[in-house]
Amino acid sequence: MASITLEGLKKTYTGNVNAVKGIDLHIEDGEFVVLVGPSGCGKSTLLRMVAGLETITEGTLKIGDRVVNKLEPAERDIAMVFQNYALYPHMTVYNNLAYGLKNRGFKKDEIEKRVRVAAKMLEIEEFLDRKPRKLSGGQRQRVAMGRALVRDPAAFLLDEPLSNLDAKLRVQMRVEIKQLQRRLKTTSLYVTHDQLEAMTLGDRLVVLNAGQIEQVGTPMEIYARPATMFVAGFIGSPAMNMLPVDYLKAQGANGLLDNLPEGTDIVGIRPDDMHLAPPEAPHLIVDSTLALFEAAGAESHLYVTLADSDQPTVIRVSGQPPVAEGETLRFFVTRDALHPFNSATGKRTGD
Amino acid sequence: MVENRPWANFFAHTVLIIGVALVVFPVYIALVASTQAPGELMRTLPLLPGSHGIENYTQMWQSGISSANSPPAALMLWNSFVMAMAITVGKLSISLLSAFAIVYFRFRFRMFFFWLIFVTLMLPVEVRIIPTFQVVADLNMLNSFAGLSIPLIASATATFLFRQFFMTIPEEMLEAARVDGAGPFKFFKDILMPLSVTNIAALFVIMFIYGWNQYLWPLLITTDPDYTTIVMGIQRMTSEENPQWHLVMAAVVMAALPPVLVILFMQRLFVKGLTETEK
Repeated sequence: MASITLEGLKKTYTGNVNAVKGIDLHIEDGEFVVLVGPSGCGKSTLLRMVAGLETITEGTLKIGDRVVNKLEPAERDIAMVFQNYALYPHMTVYNNLAYGLKNRGFKKDEIEKRVRVAAKMLEIEEFLDRKPRKLSGGQRQRVAMGRALVRDPAAFLLDEPLSNLDAKLRVQMRVEIKQLQRRLKTTSLYVTHDQLEAMTLGDRLVVLNAGQIEQVGTPMEIYARPATMFVAGFIGSPAMNMLPVDYLKAQGANGLLDNLPEGTDIVGIRPDDMHLAPPEAPHLIVDSTLALFEAAGAESHLYVTLADSDQPTVIRVSGQPPVAEGETLRFFVTRDALHPFNSATGKRTGD
Repeated sequence: MVENRPWANFFAHTVLIIGVALVVFPVYIALVASTQAPGELMRTLPLLPGSHGIENYTQMWQSGISSANSPPAALMLWNSFVMAMAITVGKLSISLLSAFAIVYFRFRFRMFFFWLIFVTLMLPVEVRIIPTFQVVADLNMLNSFAGLSIPLIASATATFLFRQFFMTIPEEMLEAARVDGAGPFKFFKDILMPLSVTNIAALFVIMFIYGWNQYLWPLLITTDPDYTTIVMGIQRMTSEENPQWHLVMAAVVMAALPPVLVILFMQRLFVKGLTETEK
């Protein structure tokens, strides 16, 4: 077990394509950090640089106190779980787990012991003699996890390990991965494009966009105070609504918007902070027309068009309010639900 | 297909039976001819087996036909077998290794080398036979197994097929192996080779038959009867003034057997590979 330190990590592909543009990050020993971002943001490349599968163009990578820039993946003492599992198809599950240990010259009985322990932990004992193709997706996923576990490495690197599973299994495996990591306390770096997976799994999130870090923080910090408009739009589902300050003022703000931080010209409002009933605290009032009503069981999503504007906006309410499409809706927003941004820099202006 | 059309069924079977008969008949004639007494075949071709089978085969196996300067079939079969095996094993190992290099290693002029190998496809033995003969002669490899097999080992076809196969193996497999601490050679031995078993078996059959059937090349570079291969030997026996057909046919039957055995043996690997492979 060890910490991982990234200092100014850069990756440039031939033809001057900058996939990763200078990443500084310190991952504590035993911490579970999730790299999240849209596809093509460089998160997988970054993970593969840590793994040693991509060369590092510039910067320093330390695992523990050791600079590992030039080391082979096997020498970095990491274990990796791949998106498509990459199990060896011609080997039994047992041999799949044992292969890495064999290559490292472990004794036979030690290998046997470790494989049994890992198999028990992941509940794949009964499949040890089978080949991967006889297993279901979820079971293969467990084998892939097992292959990482047996090694007892300094760090786990997981590259979208759940994206090949169906929705139900994904939730189940997500919980199991979290519990497993809690129990083993192995430093983990996890890549995903799914913000829900990121929010629920990580001790800390790293939101990446276009090869750069947008924000680092605990899931709740990021959710409560997104540092940029990109993060605000990426984390949270449905995405945060962005409304121009001028528009809100024109709708009658009761002076509520007068003390916004300097430079604010746009405010973000989470769909669940828009209320259909007036709250007690001072609030903004906005009129809109309901364009689409989406019932999702415990909650409903209201897609509305704002009055005097064609800006699409989503409201989330619990239960199913008695509204009909085409109806005029008035909603209310309190001052503390506003996330102030500057649209030119894309950054949060304060608060 | 669920169908019940008796006439179509009858027709299909008739065609199949005729086809099989066409293929089997010459083999049957060879078998029958090889059991006749000397001279019997000079008149009409008998359609029923004679009684001299064991005698003919023993004579061919042990002593050959001295009048045709033909060594015993046992020796010729052995020569053919050694040559065919050397060519097969050589071709397979060279092409596996070169495909491995071309697919998995990034070196300068990689594509150039690939095309260079590929271009040799256009140069079969017959086209380059004179220069190759000169080289082999200069290296003092005439009348030797090395001379018989080495010039035929380079194989663009097999290299190309293995390259195509390796490229279908997901890249993550290599990466997983690297994380698992397998170097290039271990990856080749533990992952690539087992995954290629089906392809290796298929190519083994093809290459073995190719090697076994070599005629022109052995004819050119061997003058010593100790290196006569069976295919050459048969030709030599038939070019006598009065060919002893009963013995020739015995040699033909024996010459046809090893490729059949190789196919039967490899078929098991083949089917096993086909049913078990999944990437």
